[in-house]
Amino acid sequence: MAEIRVNPTRMELLRLKRRLAVARRGHKLLKDKRDELMKRFLDVVRENRTRREAMETQLAAAHRGFVLARATMRPEAVEAALMMGSAPLLLDIDTMNVMSVEVPVFLPQPQDSARSDVPPYGLASTSGELDGAVGALRKAFESMIALAEAEKAAQLLADEIERTRRRVNSLEYILIPSLVGTIRSISAKLEENERGARTRLMKVKDRLVKRAVAERAAREYG
Amino acid sequence: MYRVGVIGDRDSVLGFRALGMVVLPAEDRESVLAALEETLKEDCAVVFLTEHAAALVPDRLEQLRERRIPAIVPIPSTRGTTGLGMGQVKETVRKAVGVDILGFDRAPEGKETER
Repeated sequence: MAEIRVNPTRMELLRLKRRLAVARRGHKLLKDKRDELMKRFLDVVRENRTRREAMETQLAAAHRGFVLARATMRPEAVEAALMMGSAPLLLDIDTMNVMSVEVPVFLPQPQDSARSDVPPYGLASTSGELDGAVGALRKAFESMIALAEAEKAAQLLADEIERTRRRVNSLEYILIPSLVGTIRSISAKLEENERGARTRLMKVKDRLVKRAVAERAAREYG
Repeated sequence: MYRVGVIGDRDSVLGFRALGMVVLPAEDRESVLAALEETLKEDCAVVFLTEHAAALVPDRLEQLRERRIPAIVPIPSTRGTTGLGMGQVKETVRKAVGVDILGFDRAPEGKETER
């Protein structure tokens, strides 16, 4: 592992040890965050899946309704009736905080002008099948909005999990090992210096003792 | 206040006009891209687009994915589902977990297969 190039001093050693402690704590926290995110994500994505299945069946039913409507009315008449449009469908957005990921919540606003179960087109020129189809579509719309919420939440959570996992990994496999390696090499170097200093001292002492012995011998016998 | 958009072939999306949504019929790549821009301008918080239309513009959808708004949701068209929507859910799981642990390949309508 690439070590960090620093001076092998006690001060650097202390600094690195402190950094290592912070990195380890951060690693643990991020790992916990990732695990919790994952738990939430799995709930959301399961919801996403069931809602998508529900939406698909409901929308298919609505589509079948329109096929019937086109069969009982002239297709142009169906189009003309639908072209009337209606009061714009408005949404309000709230945000929910899931593990500090901002997830949108969609709140369809009640349409004030037309009552929601009254179709916007004239009833005289249209068939009952069209009303049924529009009703089915309106029901399908509820599950579509519910699906949109779950799906967006799942996507945003997935992105956050990916980011968190990347951070956890870079701490675990890059920063922490390189700190550990650097700390080891610094303490090895410091120990080496210490041993060097000790042997030097011993040598100096040896020489001094020898000289003292020689001087004393010279004084006493010389 | 935000609106809701729908993009896709005429037959699949026209009915949504009766609900008061922003309906933009589009069937080829150019018109789908233009319709997407239009929904951004119209302040659509949710954009439903048929799976057939979604298949034409995967790159643009990828760009819009990270935004909080709009939520772009593939829906089946009158021709039925191509599995693109479910595939996208599966892709989300794969991205987050690394593997597909919900078993989307097996038992599509069965019970959840947890490990």
